[in-house]
Amino acid sequence: MKAAVIVFPGSNCDRDMKVAIEQSLGHAPSMVWHADTELPPTDLIAIPGGFSYGDYLRCGAIAGNSPIMREVVKKASQGTLVLAVCNGFQVATETGMLPGALLRNANQKFICKDVDLKVVSDNKYFAGSFTKGDTVRFPVAHHDGNYFADEETRKRLHGEGMIAFQYADADGNVNAETNINGSVDNIAGIYNEKGNILADAASGTPDKRRAGWHGRQSVFR
Amino acid sequence: MKARVTISLKNGVLDPQGKAIEHALHGLGFDGVNDVRQGKIIELDLGDIAKENAASEVERMCTQLLANTVIENYSIELLD
Amino acid sequence: MTEITKEIVAEHGLSESEYEEVLKILGREPNLTELGIFSVMWSEHCSYKSSKKWLKTLPTEAPWVICGPGENAGVVDIGDGQAAIFKMESHNHPSYIEPYQGAATGVGGIMRDVFTMGARPIANMNALRFGHPDHPKTRHLVSGVVAGISGYGNCMGVPTVGGETNFHESYDGNILVNAMTVGLADADNIFYSAAAGIGNPVVYVGSKTGRDGIHGATMASAEFDDDSEEKRPTVQVGDPFTEKLLLEACLELMATDAIVAIQDMGAAGLTSSSFEMADKGGVGIQLDLDQVPMREVGMTPYEIMLSESQERMLMILKPGREEEAKAIFHKWELDFAVIGKVTDTGRMVLTMKGEVAADLPVAPLADAAPEYDRPWVKTNPPAPLMSKDVKAPEDLKEVLVKLMGSPAIASRRWIWEQYDHMVMGDTIQRPGGDAAVVRVHGTQKALAITTDCTPRYCFADPKSGGAQAVAETWRNLTATGAKPLAITDCMNFGNPERPEIMGQFVGCIEGMREACLELDYPVISGNVSLYNETNGTGIFPTPAIGGVGLLKDASQMMTLAFKGEGQSIFVVGETRGEMGQSIYLKEIEGREEGAPPAVNLAEERKNGDFVRSIIEQRVATAVHDISDGGFLVALSEMALAGNVGAEITLLTDNELHGFCFGEDQARYIVTSNSQDVEKITNEAKKADVSLQLVGTTGHNGLKINDVLSISLEEIKEVHSNWLPNLMSAPK
Repeated sequence: MKAAVIVFPGSNCDRDMKVAIEQSLGHAPSMVWHADTELPPTDLIAIPGGFSYGDYLRCGAIAGNSPIMREVVKKASQGTLVLAVCNGFQVATETGMLPGALLRNANQKFICKDVDLKVVSDNKYFAGSFTKGDTVRFPVAHHDGNYFADEETRKRLHGEGMIAFQYADADGNVNAETNINGSVDNIAGIYNEKGNILADAASGTPDKRRAGWHGRQSVFR
Repeated sequence: MKARVTISLKNGVLDPQGKAIEHALHGLGFDGVNDVRQGKIIELDLGDIAKENAASEVERMCTQLLANTVIENYSIELLD
Repeated sequence: MTEITKEIVAEHGLSESEYEEVLKILGREPNLTELGIFSVMWSEHCSYKSSKKWLKTLPTEAPWVICGPGENAGVVDIGDGQAAIFKMESHNHPSYIEPYQGAATGVGGIMRDVFTMGARPIANMNALRFGHPDHPKTRHLVSGVVAGISGYGNCMGVPTVGGETNFHESYDGNILVNAMTVGLADADNIFYSAAAGIGNPVVYVGSKTGRDGIHGATMASAEFDDDSEEKRPTVQVGDPFTEKLLLEACLELMATDAIVAIQDMGAAGLTSSSFEMADKGGVGIQLDLDQVPMREVGMTPYEIMLSESQERMLMILKPGREEEAKAIFHKWELDFAVIGKVTDTGRMVLTMKGEVAADLPVAPLADAAPEYDRPWVKTNPPAPLMSKDVKAPEDLKEVLVKLMGSPAIASRRWIWEQYDHMVMGDTIQRPGGDAAVVRVHGTQKALAITTDCTPRYCFADPKSGGAQAVAETWRNLTATGAKPLAITDCMNFGNPERPEIMGQFVGCIEGMREACLELDYPVISGNVSLYNETNGTGIFPTPAIGGVGLLKDASQMMTLAFKGEGQSIFVVGETRGEMGQSIYLKEIEGREEGAPPAVNLAEERKNGDFVRSIIEQRVATAVHDISDGGFLVALSEMALAGNVGAEITLLTDNELHGFCFGEDQARYIVTSNSQDVEKITNEAKKADVSLQLVGTTGHNGLKINDVLSISLEEIKEVHSNWLPNLMSAPK
């Protein structure tokens, strides 16, 4: 399996993503610069966390309009797997690949800590080692992780099994108290309809994420 | 020709910064404030462009980049 | 041309005798641009004129030191051809005036210092001091400073792994924001600032120059008065996105061999960077100011030279390498301009619009900067205060609850959860422990980092306080298992023209010097911030120390959390019951009195070496140094971190409150599995270290003899809620 990591000016988890993929696949992904107009042949495209273009204008907005993203959107529509983490989630919603948008955290502060997530849906491409109903612990590190979707979209997300993760407690309870950032329905991650795009606001990072990645090896199978 | 674009969050989208401003105003004794919504203003210098073209040009800028219409409204003001 | 009047000279902060010296050096009157250049070069901030005499006395060498003070940052060897580069710097005055931008640009500035030398920053820390929690400005300042650090550091993608925060009324009008960055470089690819190569191009890269921060360096050396709020427009605005690009572009260029010398444009911008590069290289520089990328129209030479616009660098390139370098900077969408060349004249010649805007000799201006031996008086330390002199409390539980929820001891989680402390994927000990630990990427090694200072000790007895600050960083690094390597210092004091303040400075330096010598722990970089006074009231003397240590094997890293039930708990080091200047005395008796706890450096070293050796032998299971609040506070922190309680049986000749709350130095709490008790005991005997077995871990609370019983839940509540409650309380 081949992977590619998109690098924007201001990406800062591109190296973390590279290391995580390397550890999972046993070989390095290609690193693709935002100004490129073509992707190398790849089965998985990863959009890493960070502050692309300084998060100026809106998080992910300028990156979403970069040359390479037109290619990413095209490949995704043809079924290539896309994993968008943290700032990548914002980029993905800005391009319209995924519904909704990400707003400033409700407490208006950057949040860096470990959180429990409830696995809400099964998916044939991603999260192969997790089963619906499991609780997993990932770190978050974001300022704009507050997921918003209008009423109609919410219904669609629920109805079509597009919700990947919800903020929960260790026992899997999903409620206002476990909602760290104000996201609608505690949503931390979503899939597209076809299930080949996964976006996740609980980016996680270091060891924990790498440990998490081992658990997610099937992502790359 | 110059243009001013005002961008604000749509009604119904939580505006935590607006809420914080409202809270602070109340703290300062401005009790009459019922609601605060905040947004941003983008000023564009468009050079020598005809007014009739300017409106549609800025409109396209708004939908493609300046505003995220999932969550934001925008309004355009053309300034001579 | 503007006439140079007495008033203009005074506005530029130059004394009459300093201006005389200017006239002597030039043999004529300076023009306004030249006067401006003298003014910033000879400001306290750039010239260290009050402190130099004393800074020179600090030890700066060791076999593992690659570069000591004098460059952008200090460098130590960490083996395998790798080097750690670090420095701490103050951004106090700007942070008081505009906390978000002041703190943000402080973080930006210190990271630039580190990557200028060729290092990728791998960790940030910060030492913060705010006024009394109830002071009307405190919450605004805390919230702005923390957001500023978070905003800049997080965007750069460099983890902010910890630091320290104090609250005390002596900082009501002068907060301290000291930022530290640690970077990683190849030991054979470190970049210095000495210009060389006559005719080589002088290159400007980064952001454009605007009118921001003009005279920031002189502001940083001025006392505040009630009108200071009007100084707001001089504060610079940080752009972490541009700095991130600048970092990547510089590191990309540094991977080639195109750079001769490089210097960050920090305080006093283009002036100090160009003069320092020329002076260190013993050469002249000619600059064509028309070539400087400018953000605003109509800027004068004076403004260009004194601007403190952020995210800029000055480089000397090898001849013919301009295009290659330019391509890299343009790829990262940054300005790149050749603005001058290196000359053999020994003069700094600035031209603009075909006219000479300034023509100054480099060496006299840089080297003849004033150096003062300011009068000073020694602080007379008060008499020690032992537990027998302090009334025993009626209820230990009440005391513990009060201390754990006190401003000095309560959890700082509210602060560090706003910092991305995990980005880069190598943070193996997060904030909240004795020191943060980051792995050296791709190796088994790790660096331990801490910042410490106990200003109330320094105020009572500067010499002892200076030594204690150094010793505490050494102890905190040791508690993680690391071998302490070197320190950076950030010397924050009041007005040095007052002899008692100068005496505090001299005393602290003296104590630091002794500690550095005894612990083999040199100073490799630092910064001085004086005139931290408002209306004649100075801050507590605050020599903030940043320490860095090396763990050769990251798998040996130790943490403070109790690892399980039934483990034996020891106290390493002797407890005499030192209550002077303790948190107990302040919180329970409302007194800030007595001498700070005695610092015995030989004992400090012996005990620390012992603790490190049992960590290396893998017989210790948890280690925590005992500092603010004493034994019982340290024990509580270990219990909370591990979510395991402890039962303590104390057989002490001293008063119980002395044992529980005395702040005697050179002590640690250590735990081990029960089968290792004998080994630890024997090792301690061999090392002649005082060791006391005091109890075992277990239960979900803390018990001491029959005098204390409290649940962890109760402790946790007061400990974790104080800061969030303070920050969310209605105005």
